[in-house]
Amino acid sequence: MRDIRKILIANRGEIAIRIIWTCKEMGIKTVAVHSEADREALHVRYADEALCIGGPPSAESYLNIPSIISAAEITNVDAIHPGYGFLAESATFAKVCEDCNIKFIGPNPDVIAMMGDKVEARRAMKAAGVPILPGSPDPIESDQEAKKLALEIGFPVIIKAAAGGGGRGMRIVRTEEELATNLELAQTEALNAFKNGAVYIERYIERPRHIEIQILADEHGNVIHLGERECTIQRRHQKLLEEAPSPVISAELRNKMGAVAVKACQEIGYSSAGTFEFLLDEDGSFYFMEMNTRIQVEHPVTEMVTLADIVRNQIRIATGENIGYTQDEVQIVGHSIECRINAEDPVKFTPSPGKITAFNIPGGPGVRVDTAVYPGYVVPPYYDSMIAKLIVHARTRELAIARMQRALDMLVVEGIKTTIPLHQKIMADEKFQKGEFSTKFMEEFEY
Amino acid sequence: MSETSASAKAKDEIVVDKKSGNGSKKQKQVTDPSLNMDELRDLANLVIEHGFTDFEFENENIRVRLSKTTGAPVTVPASVSSAPAPITAAAAPAPPVETADPDADLYKITSPIVGTFYRSPGPDKNAYVSEGSNVSPETTVCIVEAMKLMNEIQAEVSGEVVKIYVENGQPVEYGQPLFGIKK
Repeated sequence: MRDIRKILIANRGEIAIRIIWTCKEMGIKTVAVHSEADREALHVRYADEALCIGGPPSAESYLNIPSIISAAEITNVDAIHPGYGFLAESATFAKVCEDCNIKFIGPNPDVIAMMGDKVEARRAMKAAGVPILPGSPDPIESDQEAKKLALEIGFPVIIKAAAGGGGRGMRIVRTEEELATNLELAQTEALNAFKNGAVYIERYIERPRHIEIQILADEHGNVIHLGERECTIQRRHQKLLEEAPSPVISAELRNKMGAVAVKACQEIGYSSAGTFEFLLDEDGSFYFMEMNTRIQVEHPVTEMVTLADIVRNQIRIATGENIGYTQDEVQIVGHSIECRINAEDPVKFTPSPGKITAFNIPGGPGVRVDTAVYPGYVVPPYYDSMIAKLIVHARTRELAIARMQRALDMLVVEGIKTTIPLHQKIMADEKFQKGEFSTKFMEEFEY
Repeated sequence: MSETSASAKAKDEIVVDKKSGNGSKKQKQVTDPSLNMDELRDLANLVIEHGFTDFEFENENIRVRLSKTTGAPVTVPASVSSAPAPITAAAAPAPPVETADPDADLYKITSPIVGTFYRSPGPDKNAYVSEGSNVSPETTVCIVEAMKLMNEIQAEVSGEVVKIYVENGQPVEYGQPLFGIKK
């Protein structure tokens, strides 16, 4: 068992606040590290201690491993919580923490490395019995190989970068004629974007849904799942809003997908929180996409319907504790929706940094706001544009939508542009309300 | 073990109780073992009045450290064990600080990294520079140690060392002022 009395939060923004909330409830001290641009950030003000670790660009600060480790050493922390993004899925960072005897709150470096490599992850998942999209097990070496595989898989196929993610480094090929050129282009793009030109091919599903399963695993082999999240509403592969449970997942399918994820975790020796992302075809078949070996942005919707505190579970697991409850004890109650509010133009999606002159969050039953902004706060241009997550919980999906509409109406953000109007339009959309949508939703959406 | 606390209510009485079972120099006993904001304020005022630069107090429930070094974070950690009413992040009110920077005309050498500041190459060695030392751009002025690596910091300007803002062995953050140089 490990004593964790002080945690350094290697992140910023709303997730840093999120971690501070739970640490405060657990009596754990917090250390905030920040760039020069974040001196007035909320997490800096709430943490017990704060240190500037570098200049505004992420590479100089939030991605600066020596600086963060040095800060951890001089403040004498027991553990580091990496949040999401930045160094959360850096196997190197996890290894450095290990070498410096600082507990990295997450799985071990080998598992992070494996699941971070798309080709390796597919191999491991296939071995663990997880359905994967028909595709190449290894990176494609030649045009001939590509052609042969594509014909086996059946068009349309998609070419993906092995080191890519978040929607980057992907090309759809619908006919044999387009294959060779697209393959070459994809390899070049991958090399430029990710320093790794390896690509693989898999079947492309035309109208999929994006369903992910939240898991928790302790360091003693106990693994449970906390149900699914519906994350299909995306723009250019970036999620706009999420919900739990999914309107199209039956209890039976949930159990089936959950069991697959749990077994995979046990096979690969996973620990801490994690998420399996699946593509769901219209016939109910599901295929592994990727695994995120960290806490996710949209974790609150799962927390609302299961009453779990995922950060708390991560910390407890890091101390060596057992999860402490069984799969049977996990209940999904009601329906939750989360809208990501970004500092962007709601139609053009251009970033809108600047000073927030008014900020008022909605209250009332079943409303939760995860944010790090406040009146007078200047949204810096250096980091991602999400300024708040608006989350609601209600007994049914219909009531949750009504609650979200009410909450969006009463969320006041002035001084910058936000995507609140976009979310209001989505909530009012007939197809959304019926729960009938695929990842094509935003392409077909009228602003 | 009996309840102990520092009582700062009487003007000239700072009672500090050592954490020991026997032979403790108990002079005052109060029923409430924790310190509230008023008591902390009184404590801080007493520190200033008596011209202390550092004051530290600890009992089984709480540890208080007040320091007059400018810029140093003041922390009041509450004990993680069975403290009945731990103080939640109460920082003692800072001693009076001039609103304008009196060293505005000095060039500040700031730390380029996070680490621990040392004034000399080793524990028994002389400090690299002192107040009054003249420096040129290549002069090593201090070491900032990070992850067991000793990083020598150069002055990068010519001039005279007028102020030293940090103490030997003090943790420093990125951009923290270390020396004030009159060019």
